[in-house]
Amino acid sequence: MKQKLVVIGNGMAPGRALERLFDVAPDAYQVTIFNAEPRVNYDRIMLSPVLSGEKTYEDIVIHGDAWYVEHGITLYKGHKVVAIDRAAKTVTSAQGDVVSYDKLVIATGSNPVIIPIPGHDLAGVLTYRDLDDVDAMLLAAQSGGRAVVVGGGLLGLEAAAGLRDRGMEVTVLHLMPTLMERQLDPAAGYLLQKAVEARGIIVKTKANTHAIIGSHPALGPPKVRAVKLDDGSEIACDLVVMAVGIRPNAALAKAAGLEVNRGILVSPDMRTSDPDIFALGECVEVAGQTFGLVAPLYEQAGVLAAQLAGDATPSFTPTATATKLKVTGINLYSAGEFGDAPDREEIVLRDAARSIYKRLVLKADRLIGVVMYGETGDGPWFFDLIKKGTPIAEMRETLIFGSSYQGGTPLDPMAAVAALPDDAEICGCNGVCKGKITTTITEKGLRSLDDVRAHTKASASCGTCTGLVEQLLKIQLGDAYNPKAVQPMCGCTDLGHDDVRRLIVAKELKTIPQLLQDLEWKTSSGCAKCRPALNYYLVATWPGVYEDDGQSRFINERVHANIQKDGSFSVVPRMWGGLTSSKELRAIADVVDKFQIPTVKVTGGQRIDMLGVSKEDLPAVWADLNKAGMVSGAAYAKGLRTVKTCVGTEWCRFGTQDSTGLGVAIEKFLWGSWTPAKVKLAVSGCPRNCAEATCKDVGVICVDSGFEIHFAGAAGLDIKGTEILGHVATQEEAVEVIAALVQLYREQGRYLERIYKWAKRVGNDSIKAQVIDDLEKRRALYDRFVVSQRYAQSDPWAERAAGKDAHEFAPIADLSIAEAAE
Amino acid sequence: MTIMDKAWIDIGALADIPMLGARKLKTAHGCIAVFRTGDDQVYALADRCPHKGGPLSDGIVHGSSVTCPLHNWVISLETGLAQGADQGAVATFPLRVEAGRIQIDAVALKGSS
Repeated sequence: MKQKLVVIGNGMAPGRALERLFDVAPDAYQVTIFNAEPRVNYDRIMLSPVLSGEKTYEDIVIHGDAWYVEHGITLYKGHKVVAIDRAAKTVTSAQGDVVSYDKLVIATGSNPVIIPIPGHDLAGVLTYRDLDDVDAMLLAAQSGGRAVVVGGGLLGLEAAAGLRDRGMEVTVLHLMPTLMERQLDPAAGYLLQKAVEARGIIVKTKANTHAIIGSHPALGPPKVRAVKLDDGSEIACDLVVMAVGIRPNAALAKAAGLEVNRGILVSPDMRTSDPDIFALGECVEVAGQTFGLVAPLYEQAGVLAAQLAGDATPSFTPTATATKLKVTGINLYSAGEFGDAPDREEIVLRDAARSIYKRLVLKADRLIGVVMYGETGDGPWFFDLIKKGTPIAEMRETLIFGSSYQGGTPLDPMAAVAALPDDAEICGCNGVCKGKITTTITEKGLRSLDDVRAHTKASASCGTCTGLVEQLLKIQLGDAYNPKAVQPMCGCTDLGHDDVRRLIVAKELKTIPQLLQDLEWKTSSGCAKCRPALNYYLVATWPGVYEDDGQSRFINERVHANIQKDGSFSVVPRMWGGLTSSKELRAIADVVDKFQIPTVKVTGGQRIDMLGVSKEDLPAVWADLNKAGMVSGAAYAKGLRTVKTCVGTEWCRFGTQDSTGLGVAIEKFLWGSWTPAKVKLAVSGCPRNCAEATCKDVGVICVDSGFEIHFAGAAGLDIKGTEILGHVATQEEAVEVIAALVQLYREQGRYLERIYKWAKRVGNDSIKAQVIDDLEKRRALYDRFVVSQRYAQSDPWAERAAGKDAHEFAPIADLSIAEAAE
Repeated sequence: MTIMDKAWIDIGALADIPMLGARKLKTAHGCIAVFRTGDDQVYALADRCPHKGGPLSDGIVHGSSVTCPLHNWVISLETGLAQGADQGAVATFPLRVEAGRIQIDAVALKGSS
């Protein structure tokens, strides 16, 4: 008979504890979890990258639904526990569910501190604690505007940087004279302030927030309008984020009669005053300390798991913890203690020009604290000296220069990593230590950074430990690890993209099976990474000869529509140059009604997107659109997408050329072509650039004397203005240059490499030389493009509406009717 | 009722599924993805990725695995288990091929409800 374990709270600490418990005693407990948040366990320390847009919620999920199923856990999502009955050994949720326990774990975490100043409850005042807060901030940031962050600690600064990255004007108010004063000494706090200000964030220290002022009630429900400081000054804003600290959430435990001080009091075995009730995480207090960083919480999790599994030996003692600021481009590391005291000495290194500051705090020949700014690579080494209490008298003279200067002669940085003990933590985000990485490299025969990320998750989250992981690879593999060597396409081959393209031509490889055989692929049928790439290379190399392999295409290109999160598809017909007509709009409206399409949206590329179409309906939807003269917009393709235009001389009083006409001509010429990655174009009728041509893969700016052709812009993950390719006098010449450019990209680009990345790799000058300067080469490229287009320009929708690939759209059989009858 | 009396239900011909491809099989308990590998093995898995419920029948089949179209999780067709560092599993259903026809185990199918 399994014992019943109930866990209140579904944060990182209980998640880790259960992981460890299942490792050592998989069958000991029947587990029930109550989670006040309506979701699974996610990595709370990675909220900042979600806010700044570097990651998504999906990226930071620790345990997906499947994990709970696999371990037979009952998870009550969105259920808050309101009472613990210690006599009856039950817990009761707000919804009224009563669950009994043999052992109970309280992991209620902490609540953000809200300063009770006037206006703290206005709409637009947020805290920074969970995903709901991040969602609310993202919503606010969408409309731009101004934000005030109250609190210049770790969370406050990460929130400020994230909101700034999202385009808001941000002011940070901090009560103390320097930022992050709990983790940093004043000198490092000052350097940090300068770096934060350099990102365009206004920092006000010694700023005491007096009140938050709301909008006038006459203007509707009051919301934040400004923040008022003690000195009477006001800062106008639309959003206030309070990030002034956290307070252990011990209310439930207190109500149950458990011993509570600031947090729930637990002994070193993580037991509360009731021997059947444990507590861990931000809600507990051990030896007078409470905890907000992840490392000690994970240690508690290990102790708790051992205790639950019946091993009474491990116990938790609070030790020094290290802090890192997760703001891209700012390197900051602190650990241990660094306040001044009579029995302490310090060693300081400053290099103002390089913005480097390091300070070591020593006591009785031991290192007890470290603060580093600018260069933080030695952080883990110093931290290890602190934790181990290593005597440092012998290396004191060179200590501040870091691990590479120890041991008599200066060693290379590799030696420092090699010297780290196996239990030294390398990846703080995922809690991966050195020993785990090195043994996995050896056991699984890992060869690259990607391999290590796939098998251990080390450096797969925030990535700040990437350098350390690379050094471990180097140590384990020696010369066999060469990151600069040609990066293989994927795990199926040692060949890089360029080798494969060269060999396709040299060996006249014309099918995927033949290619896999002749190039000695290590897998029977490639993988989801290489097959789409190979299919593209063969399509681009052998127009009219190679037969496209649908099963090697990503689903979007296989069924010529865009898959959505629920498995339905979206449909975008081509609107040449962004032009449409009453006939087309009427046909779209009819299709939407007939097939009950739930969402119709205007895209950024001047077209109309119909979302939520079932796969089975696609051919019929296309047939109706075809009847009105519309064809596939290839919104799903690694190929030509849109040509965005402004109205040009046709209507605009500033227009210099017929930009719409040119856009239509270009789109009619390029449509249907497959390229390494998507290609988006725009044509603007004058330098005012209403079509936003200067952030496109290819852009044209019309001027009185002709057409300026741009390329290699980006406005997605990266933002980059275009480069000027050249100037031409006529429309015909513009089309010829653009076709030649696209053909060169088709021939040289690596699969999924956008034009701006290709240009950066091969050099803008080499591209200009071939499509602008050398007329013969340009003509040859143009001719090859024309040949390829002969086989590419047939509407895939019309083909499928007529019955091609019917197996893609219909189920093989429908048993539901027979079963229902039965 | 006739169909459920038999242990094996005919769902179609092997040739109905493209090599390294998949088809959806509709059942009263949800969709099942039926896969055909490069060496003509067939497999049936619940058509929902354990990660975010992506339709595995829309994935790319390679070796004896499929890569989910939504976030690239790789699922073993043989065991239904997520590969690499990802953790999760989908239900699998016994299939057999008799004289070029694919048949699914009716009992397992019924048990999935």
